Amino acid sequence: MNVITLFFYLFSGVLIASAVMVVSSRNPVHAVLFLILAFVNAAGLFLLMGAEFLAMILIVVYVGAVAVLFLFVVMMLDVDFAELRQGFLQYLPIGAVISAIFFIELALVVGTWQLAPEALALRKAAAAAPVDAMNARALGRVLYTEYVYFFQAAGLILLVAMIGAIVLTLRERHGVRRQDVMRQNARGKADAMSVVTVQPGQGVTVQGVKRKDAAGQEV
Amino acid sequence: MQNLLVDYLPLVLFIGLSAVIGLALMIAPFVVAHQNPDPEKLSAYECGFNAFDDARMKFDVRFYLVAILFIIFDLEVAFLFPWAVALKDVGAFGFWSMMVFLGVLTIGFVYEWRKGALEWD
Amino acid sequence: MNTVISPVPALGPALPEIVLAIASLGLVLLGAIRGDGAKRLIDWIAILALVVAGFILLEGQGRVSTFNDAFVVDGFARAMKTLTIIGSIAAILMSSRFLTELKIARFEYTVLILLSTIGMMMMCSANELISLYLGVELQSLALYVVAAIHRDDAKSSEAGLKYFVLGALSSGMLLYGMSLVYGFTGSVTFPTIAKAVTGGHGSGVMIGLVFIVAGLAFKMSVVPFHMWTPDVYEGAPTPVAAFFATAPKMAAVAMTTRILIDAFLPIVKDWQPIIAFAAIASMVLGAFAAIAQSNIKRLMAYSSIGNMGYALVGLAAGTVQGVEGVVIFMTTYLAMTLGVFAVILAMQTGGKRVETVADLAGASRTSPALAFVMAALMFSLIGIPPLAGFFGKFYVFAAAIEAKLFVLAVIGIVASVVSAFYYLRLVKVMYFDAPAPAFQVAPLEIRGVMYAAAAFVIVFAVIANPIRTMAAAAAKSLF
Repeated sequence: MNVITLFFYLFSGVLIASAVMVVSSRNPVHAVLFLILAFVNAAGLFLLMGAEFLAMILIVVYVGAVAVLFLFVVMMLDVDFAELRQGFLQYLPIGAVISAIFFIELALVVGTWQLAPEALALRKAAAAAPVDAMNARALGRVLYTEYVYFFQAAGLILLVAMIGAIVLTLRERHGVRRQDVMRQNARGKADAMSVVTVQPGQGVTVQGVKRKDAAGQEV
Repeated sequence: MQNLLVDYLPLVLFIGLSAVIGLALMIAPFVVAHQNPDPEKLSAYECGFNAFDDARMKFDVRFYLVAILFIIFDLEVAFLFPWAVALKDVGAFGFWSMMVFLGVLTIGFVYEWRKGALEWD
Repeated sequence: MNTVISPVPALGPALPEIVLAIASLGLVLLGAIRGDGAKRLIDWIAILALVVAGFILLEGQGRVSTFNDAFVVDGFARAMKTLTIIGSIAAILMSSRFLTELKIARFEYTVLILLSTIGMMMMCSANELISLYLGVELQSLALYVVAAIHRDDAKSSEAGLKYFVLGALSSGMLLYGMSLVYGFTGSVTFPTIAKAVTGGHGSGVMIGLVFIVAGLAFKMSVVPFHMWTPDVYEGAPTPVAAFFATAPKMAAVAMTTRILIDAFLPIVKDWQPIIAFAAIASMVLGAFAAIAQSNIKRLMAYSSIGNMGYALVGLAAGTVQGVEGVVIFMTTYLAMTLGVFAVILAMQTGGKRVETVADLAGASRTSPALAFVMAALMFSLIGIPPLAGFFGKFYVFAAAIEAKLFVLAVIGIVASVVSAFYYLRLVKVMYFDAPAPAFQVAPLEIRGVMYAAAAFVIVFAVIANPIRTMAAAAAKSLF
C-alpha cells in the first residue's frame, strides 16, 4: 500500500461522506459547503490520475463559481427546508429501491467486466497524447484544431446561457436615477446654471436645476 | 506519474499544517478555557433587543444574475489556459479558432452591456 | 516539442449551420443596439437566414462529413434538417403577433429559436457521442428559456422550470450512458462503436444503451418519460408549444434513429424490445389520456406523445423500410401539428385567446374555413385515406409487419382507432353543437400556415410518390 493508494482512499472516503452529507444535512447552506468539500476531493482524485488541468479547473470553476451560485440560489429561494424535509422519510423506501437497482446494475457492470476485443487497441489509439507534455498543453494541442467543432459549439452554448440568464432574470427598473457619466461630463455651464434677475423686494423662489430626463424632456 | 505527485508535496504539507493549526485553535478553547454558560449569555444579541426575525432573508435575484455571468466568463478564461500554453503548437488555425470563440462571447458581452445587466441601479 | 498543425477542416458540409450561427450572432448585436423595437426586422432576417440555410442544405449531394467525421451530412440528415427548419420558420412566423399581444415581444425569442435550430441541426448530423451531446445541450438550453419566456405568467415559468429540471435529468442520463458506452467500446464515434459491439458485448454496453435510450426518450417525450409534455405545452405560450411539438421532435427522432441504426444496429435484438415497449406505451397512453382533455393544447400534447409512439414503431423495425416510414411519418406529423396549432392560434374571440374544446363549438357556422381545416387535420391525424396521416401510419405499420412485429402493428392500429374518438369529438363539436362566440379573423401569417398545412394534408396522395422516393433515399443513406 503506497502513498497514492492511501490518498486515493482518503479522497474518495471524504468525497462519499460529504456527498452523503449534501443530501442529508438539514441546513441548505451546510449542504452547499459539503458540496464544495466534495468538489475539492474530486479534484484530488483527478490529481491522482494525473489530470492536473481538470483538477485545477474543478477548483476554479466549481468551487470558485458554481458553489457561489448555489449559495445565492439557496439564499434566494428562502424555502423552509426543514418543512420540505417532512416528507423525506416517506420517500425513503422508493429511494432505497431505486438505489438498490443501481447497485445491482453496477454489480452487473463490474461482475461481467468484459471489454470488446478491439476496445483496448482503440483506447490506446485515442490516448495518443504525449505523456511527457503538460496536461494543459496536451489538451491545447487538440482542443482548438482537431476538436474545433466542439469548441465552437461550446462557445454557442455559453452564449445561449448568457442570453437565457438575462432574458429570465433581468428586470428593468423604472424610476431609478442612474448615474450617467457621459451626461455628467458633457454638462456645461449653460445646462447647469440660470441667471435670475431679482427685483428688489421680491425675494427668490427656488427654481431647481434644469436637466433632461431619460425621455429628453426638461424637468 | 510519481514525479507529478511529488510536485504536490508542498501543497499536501501546507494543507496538513493549516488543518493542524485550525483544529488546534478550535479544540484548545474547549480544553483550556473557563466555561460558565447561562441562557442570557447565549441568547442572540442585537443592540440590546431580542432578535426581530430570522436572519435568513431572500436575496435579490440580481445576485444570481451576476454570479451566472461570472461563471460564463470564468469558463471562457478556463478555455484560454490550454490555448495560451499550446499556442506555439497549434499555429494560425488554433489562434483564429480561439478568436472566433472570443468573438462569439464578446457579442454576448456587448448584448449584456447594452441590456444593462452589468448595472446595479 | 514539434508543432502539430492539423489541417483546417472543410467547412462546406456545415455551411447551413454556419450561416445560421452568423445570422444569430448578427441578430444579437442588432437587437442589443436597436432594442426590442427591431423585433419585426429581426424576425424577417431570421426567417431569411433559415430559408437560405435550407437552400444551401438541399444543394448538397451524397454523404459528406467533416470535423474528423464528427459531423456528417447525408440524405437522412438533409431530410430531417429540412423538416426542422420548416418547423422553426413556422414558429417564428406564428409568434410575432401573439407575443406582441402578451407584451412579451422580445427579440431574444427569435434569436433563441435560431440558436436552438442550430442545436437541432447538429443533432441531426451528429456522428459521434460528443457532438450529439453538444447539439442536445445547445437545443435544450435555448428551449428551456423559450418555454419560460412569458416570465410574469406563473404557468409559463412553471413550464420552463419543469422542462428544465426534467431535461437536465435526462441530459445526465444521456451522459451517463454515453460514458458507459465509451468505457466499454473505447470509442465515441458511431461506426467504431458499431464495430466494437459486433459479435458479443458485455452488460456495460447494454446498460449504457439503456441509459442513452432513456435520455433520448425524454427528448422525444415518449412514455415513460413523457410527464413534462402536457404541462409544458399548456403552460408555454401557444407559438412556443407549436415549436416544441414540431422542430425539436424532428431532431430528437433523427438523432435517435441515427444512433440506434449507425452505432447499435449490430445489437438490434437488444434495443428492439425497449423501443417497441416505448412505442406501445406511448400509443396507448396517447390514445386514452387525451380523451379526458378539455384544453386543446393539452390534448395535442397527448396526441403528440401518441404520434411519437407511431414513429417509434417504424424505428423498432430497424430496417430500411422502417426508417423510410419514420421519415414519411415525421413529414406528415409536422404538417398536421403545425396546422392544428395555427388553428389554436386563430381561436380568438373579442380580443381574448381561447383554447378549450368547448370554444370550438359550432365553428362550422361562425368560421367555416377554420372548421374545415381543423376537420381535415383531425381526419388526417386519425389516419383516414387519402389524407396525409394515412400514409404516415401506413408506412410505419407496413415496416413493422415486414419485420415480423405483428403485436406492435396490431396495438398501433387499435390505439389509432381509440384516438379516433377524441379527434372525431372535436369534429362533432365544431359541426353539430350550438355555436360559441365567433372567432375574429386571424392574422395573415396564421391563416397562411393553416391553409398550407391543410392543403398539404389533402393533396398528399398526389405527391406521395416523390416524397416516398426522397424518404427511401434518405433511409438508404443510413444503412
